[in-house]
Amino acid sequence: MMEDSKKLEEFQAKIDADVKIEPKDWMPEKYRQNLIRQISQHAHSEIIGMQPEGNWLTRAPSLRSKKILMAKIQDEAGHGLYLYCAAETLGVKREQFLKWLHDGVAKYSSVFNYPTLSWADIGAIGWLVDGAAIVNQVSLQGTSYGPYSRAMVKICKEESFHQRQGYEIIVNLANGTKEQKQMAQDALDRWWWPSIMMFGPHDADSAHSNQSLKWKIKRESNDELRQRYIDKTIHQGEHLGLTFPDENLKWNDKTKHYDYSPIDWDEFWNVVKGNGPGNKARLAHHTKAHNDGAWVREAAIAFQEKQKLKSKIA
Amino acid sequence: MSKDNQGDLWEVFIQPKAGRPHKHVGSLHAYDKEMAMKSARDLYTRRQEGVGIWIVKAEEIISSQAADAESFFDPADDKIYRHPTFYELPDGIKHI
Repeated sequence: MMEDSKKLEEFQAKIDADVKIEPKDWMPEKYRQNLIRQISQHAHSEIIGMQPEGNWLTRAPSLRSKKILMAKIQDEAGHGLYLYCAAETLGVKREQFLKWLHDGVAKYSSVFNYPTLSWADIGAIGWLVDGAAIVNQVSLQGTSYGPYSRAMVKICKEESFHQRQGYEIIVNLANGTKEQKQMAQDALDRWWWPSIMMFGPHDADSAHSNQSLKWKIKRESNDELRQRYIDKTIHQGEHLGLTFPDENLKWNDKTKHYDYSPIDWDEFWNVVKGNGPGNKARLAHHTKAHNDGAWVREAAIAFQEKQKLKSKIA
Repeated sequence: MSKDNQGDLWEVFIQPKAGRPHKHVGSLHAYDKEMAMKSARDLYTRRQEGVGIWIVKAEEIISSQAADAESFFDPADDKIYRHPTFYELPDGIKHI
């Protein structure tokens, strides 16, 4: 026990000095568990996030937009894989992460449980959902766990194209016909609040926040990040003549931030608990794709075994 | 062997330009060398990040132990004369 408290002290000293923690370094079990939960949840979000976008791949309005959307979805797959690898350095196998997802033990970002009803939703996802994700991920580049931090740096480099492609869709619709502008407005109306909820509960109600900040797993609180996202996004919508679905949204000259209405947390927890419009379909689709791919994995393993046998004989 | 098996873990190193050293960029799962190479290309060079790729199975890497770092690297601690700044030069001496 004495040794543990000494180790814990040394560990916290490293964190305080901004020395990154690497996989083989000593770390408190709770630090490991927090990271396993957070990184895998992040990875699952990237992968599940491919579904609402994939919904419009075959119906993209031009070859240009289709190619771009395809590239974006490929990036999301890549980001998921970077993150799974970072999470695996904590001693959990990839198979286990997938099992936890399929069993409903692991979560992913609730925002991907909302449906993409029109092409404008693809714009709103890039502009708002990726916009919110970027605010979070830029902050996480400074996380204390080395593999997570390095994955975040790579992801941030790639992610800014995602937000621009989404905003471009919204710009084109907002500058188009009356009906097209209405599509953009409708998408903003439906995605604004879910994007704000992506930052999670208020700091006072966030189960893991304090410890995560002390260990620098997170660098800034949910509310700080949420405010930054709101502050930088409003002019992007107003510039296009779009209205945000919040009558209390206004610039506060004292705080130098936007004020906004209370968040509907019943809606948030309802979706987190699995009752959102898309929870069951998203998970069922992922599970089916994984199970349908079993024969590919089996064939690949058989091939691998054969190769090993060959090299032994030779 | 379980049907959920995701294959071996491989570490990926990318050479950004000819003449530059390969640098570790991350890892991936694959069942054999060929698949590892194609996946590394798709996963780590989608934006022309490299002109060369090295891949090695993670289990084949021999690593020093972080816990032993202090004693392991100790031999270099007392040999500051290996650095040019150790030496004193007369005033006004240049190009050395």
